[in-house]
Formats: sequence, structure tokens, C-alpha cells
Amino acid sequence: MDTLGYLAHGFAVAFTPTNLLWCLLGTTLGTAIGVLPGLGPALTIALLLPITYQVAPEASFILFAGIYYGAMYGGSTTSILLNTPGESATIVTALEGNRMARSGRGGAALATSALGSFVAGTIGTLGVAFLAPIVVKFALAFGPAEYFSLMVLAFITVSAVLGSSSVRGLTSLFVGFVIGMIGVDLQTGQPRFTFGMGELLDGVDVIVVAVGLFAVGETLYMASRRYAGKDEIVPLKGSLYMTASEWARSWKPWLRGAAIGFPIGAMPAGGAEIPTFLSYAIEKKLSKHKEEFGTVGAIEGVAGPEAANNASAAGVLVPMLTLGLPTSATAAIMLSAFQSYGINPGPLLLTTQANLVWGLIASLFIANVILVILNLPLIGLWVRLLKIPAPQLYAGILVFATVGTYGISQSPIDLIILYLLGAAGFLMRRFDFPTAPVIIGMILGPLAETQFRRAMTIANGDWTVFYRHPLSLTLLTLAFIGLVGPHIWAWIEHRRRRGPEHVPGDA
Amino acid sequence: MSTSDQQASPPRLAIPELLIGVGLLACAGAVAWQTLAIPVSPLYSKVGPKVFPYITMAGMVILSLLLILAAVRGGWQPDEEKETPTDWKSMGFVVAGLVANLVLIQPLGFTAASVIMFVLVCFGFGSRHPLRDALLGLVLALAAYFGFARALGVNIGAGLIENQLNALINALFGMGKG
Repeated sequence: MDTLGYLAHGFAVAFTPTNLLWCLLGTTLGTAIGVLPGLGPALTIALLLPITYQVAPEASFILFAGIYYGAMYGGSTTSILLNTPGESATIVTALEGNRMARSGRGGAALATSALGSFVAGTIGTLGVAFLAPIVVKFALAFGPAEYFSLMVLAFITVSAVLGSSSVRGLTSLFVGFVIGMIGVDLQTGQPRFTFGMGELLDGVDVIVVAVGLFAVGETLYMASRRYAGKDEIVPLKGSLYMTASEWARSWKPWLRGAAIGFPIGAMPAGGAEIPTFLSYAIEKKLSKHKEEFGTVGAIEGVAGPEAANNASAAGVLVPMLTLGLPTSATAAIMLSAFQSYGINPGPLLLTTQANLVWGLIASLFIANVILVILNLPLIGLWVRLLKIPAPQLYAGILVFATVGTYGISQSPIDLIILYLLGAAGFLMRRFDFPTAPVIIGMILGPLAETQFRRAMTIANGDWTVFYRHPLSLTLLTLAFIGLVGPHIWAWIEHRRRRGPEHVPGDA
Repeated sequence: MSTSDQQASPPRLAIPELLIGVGLLACAGAVAWQTLAIPVSPLYSKVGPKVFPYITMAGMVILSLLLILAAVRGGWQPDEEKETPTDWKSMGFVVAGLVANLVLIQPLGFTAASVIMFVLVCFGFGSRHPLRDALLGLVLALAAYFGFARALGVNIGAGLIENQLNALINALFGMGKG
């Protein structure tokens, strides 16, 4: 079967009444948690992981994918009306979107962001459907050495290249490695890092880590920052129908945003920050209304980044489904859901689990349609969610955090680990360490170790295997460039600008 | 690393950042200790369960030294973070709520412990209506218990409140059947 045939089959899976209901539930929940500050898709999917013991894989992945896409739509609403990004990927939307809302054009900002999300999300999902089989063809040639090198590249890009500091990003990643190694070593059966505690033999559950870092850590951080200024909700003004000139100014940024977002998301680097910032910069340069940027709010500055954000969210699914390579915290938690079903994402997934993968992709198209309906005509509903006061919101988040954690094994030990991770999450948030690499490190670290040991076993313990294979060498070289390149670049820039007067007598 | 090389005033040692670096170094030490404790069969000559832990430990040592270096050079906190004072009282109430939850969840059950945590956290965040919060917390905890725990089949600790309600529900269902 070709891609279209598979896709038709996928729609047959996704259009069953129960799966449509899962999709509706996921998109609604996703929009809600996207709107609420302090809750994100990674945390929500982690809390819902126990559902994998109850329902078929198709159903839970349609639910998770709905949450994942929905959070992107919901996050932009918060950015525009509250100026507090609901999600890290919607920081740029807040720049222009909130200014538009303040100058009475909030309706148009919400409309262009929802429609742009729809256009880019649909393009991105088409991209997933057509690119995934191509990536699979390449991936089939990968041996353990190539997989390991690819993972090294992903580790470097998610922790060192993105974010404000490579040292702090890598620190988070290595903490994730340590957490991931706790428990019984799968190849030799030896317990590792258990400190002699029986409770740790099964390892630390990803639910506990995600909830600790994202829910407990975030709540502690918000409590400690109560002196910081509060943001006001801008009342929704302006028609949700865009005028002809607003349409004319929106459609090109949507397409450009999708063209920037999808490829960057699909690379084993992920992250929505770079494509959204890139799109913003491009729209600012190309706009005929430069004077609106940073003053009354330019619609291009909302349309482009929102499209880039959603297209890159779709792109992240390509390495996740074809290579088993998650490049965001949410994707890493979805990967652990696959593991919970005993499914290994990788090149064979598209054929061995055709129902699941193509049903999932088809449901993403449906999710986009549902989401644009949920987020335009029903926007008033979500605006009301923004009015939930912070005390009750954060107290409620902690109640759900307890349910999710204590429910795993009814052991107070899990709660203690949760609180320790919460304290760590608070410190990380306070001292500007990114948290996503912890989750990626803990999920992907053990997989990288498995590939490493497999490659070494095949090569009879010969370390050179990683650079004797040309593909593996290329990937490692890219990783190395990613690690040191930015520093060398900064150093050259530094020298070029300040060099002459900095070193007297050098001329 | 720190890009603020404005040499106007000599960089001062940043104590919190230094503590983080030292803490990470201590973690690397713990990793080394636990790695040495991994028993390895002498017959197992392939890459064993210790190699990755050693790589991780080496990475952590390097990173913690880089963090300490950055701390000595004046730290990396963004100015806005430095200038906002920490609200210890607010945090204290949140921590008290978390600890109360931990201590009470086994003797009292999930719902009662959650209500107490809810009220304490709300108070920490500045809400001054403990009674209303307790009611809200009760509704939310019950919704979480029945919606989440029963629907997802997650077994969370039942206490007096849950047992009474479970009995009530079973009685109602029994009546429905009869």
C-alpha cells in the first residue's frame, strides 16, 4: 500500500465513534490545559499514562495526540489575552498578540492564530504522513552504532544547542541519565543506583519525574515569586471575523511559518522556540507594517509564529514515530506510553502497527478540525478558564499530582521522591536550568545505552566502530559541531568586534 | 556560560550558584559510589552495566566544575530573578501542605489529606477563605478520586470518606439492580 492507501485505512480507524470521542476528549482537555498557565501537555499526558493499562493503544494515542495538538491551540489564547505564555512554544505569540489585544484587536489575533494553527497543523500532519515512510527507508539501514550516534546528536541539540546555556542544558540531561539508570539493568539483571532500597528496583516512574518537575516544582516556584507583578487578562474585544486586509496579511505568514516550523521540528533537534523566533524575525522583516511591531501589535507577528509552532509540533512526530527518537518532553512521555504497551517505536512501527500509526495520523487531521471549532466559536468558554484564581489553580494541580503519583503503588516513598524532584524542579526553574532534557535523558538514556552496548558487542568491544561507519561518523561530527560551534562562533564574534582595542600592541 | 563580560566591576562569587555546582559534584560522587557497588560477573567480558554510569559520572564532574567556574565568575542568574525577593512565607505554606499530605494520606485517606493540602496551599497563595477552599478542595478531591481513580483503574488510598461514599454508591447500584 502507498501512503494514500495507508492514510485511507487510518481514517477508517479514526472515524469509529469511540475513537472520535477520544479525539474530542483529548482536544478539549488539551485546549483547557493549554489555556491554564502551569499545566502543559507533558504533565497532562504523564498523569494520564495509567490509561494505557485500560484501553487499546489506538485510543490512548488518539487521546494523547489530541492533548498535544490542543495544548498548542490553547497556549496561544493565554499568550494573547494574558501575556503569560501558556506554553513555552507560544512565547513569541505573546509579543505581538498581547499588544493586539490591548489595542482592541484581540478577536483578530485569536482568529489568525487559530486559523494559522489549523493551516500549519494540517500541512504539518500531511508532512508527517508523507515524510515518515521516506525516513523509514533511511532508518532501515541504521545499525546500533548509527542509532547511538543519532541519539548523541539529539542529546546535544535538545540540551546544548537550544536554550540559554549549553552547560546547564547538559547538566539537566545528565541528571536525567542518572534517573533513567535507577533500577535493574535489563541486560545483566544487576540493580543499579538503588541505594539498597527495594522500592527503587523497578526504577523511577516517568510520571513521578514529570509531575515532580512540572507540577510540584512549578507550584513552588510560583509561590516563591508572589511578589512579582501580576498580569491582567485583557478583555476580549474585536470581531472574531477577520477583515479582508487581515486575511491578506495572514495567509502568507501562515504558509511561511509552516514551511519553517515543520522541517525544524522534524529534524532530530526538535523544539518550537527556534522556528517561532525565526518566523517572527522573518515576518518582521517582510512586513509592510513594520511600525505596528512592538506598538499596537502586528497580525503577521501572530500568524507566522503560531503557524511555525504548530507545524513544528507535527514535525516532532516524525523522528518519534520512525526512529523512536523523542525531541521534546511530551514526545518522550509518549514514547514511554509506547513502551508501556510493549511497542518499540522505530522503522518497523509503520508496518507492524499500521492501525496505530495511521489511525493516529488520521486522527491528527480530525483533531485540527475539532480544534479550530473549539477555539473560535467557543473561545468564550476558554477565556472563562483564565479567570480561575491562582491559589485554587495551583492547589488543584497539587491534588491531581498526588492522585497521579500515589496511584502508582500507594507508597509514600513515591510521594517523597515526588517532593524531592519538586524541590529540584524549583531550583532548576529558579536558576534557569531547562527541565525538558531531564525527561528526554531519562527516557532516551537507557535506549542509547542499549544501542551502545549492542554496537560494542557486535564490534567485539572495539570503540572505533562509532567512527569507522561513515554515517555514524557524520552524526557524531554534527553533534560535535553543535556542541562547540556556537562557542567558537561567539568567540570569533567577540574577537572581531572587540579584538583590536582589547589586545594592545597586537596590530 | 556567562556572557555578561562587562568588566565594570570585578565579578563577585555567587554563593547560590556555587552551592548548585558543589551539589552536582556531590551527586557525581554518589554516582561513583553506586557505580562501584554494581556487582559485575567476572565472566561478563562485554561492555557491562558499569560503562554508562562511568561516562555519566565523568560528564557530571566536568559539568559541575564548569558550573563552579561560572559561579566564581559571578553566577548566571538573570537580573529579574535576582531582584525579585523570594516569598518564603508563601512557599512555607505550600511545603507545609505537601508534608501534611504525605503524613496524612495513609491514616486519613486521599480525600481528607487532599483537602488539608488544598487549604494550606490556597492560604500560601494568598486566599483568605479557608472554609470555602476546604469545600472546593473536597469537591475537587472527590472528583479526582472518582473520575480519575475509578475511571483509570488507579487504586489510590481510600479513607473514611471514600469508604462511606463507595458503600453509598454500591447501595444505590444494588437498589438499581433490585
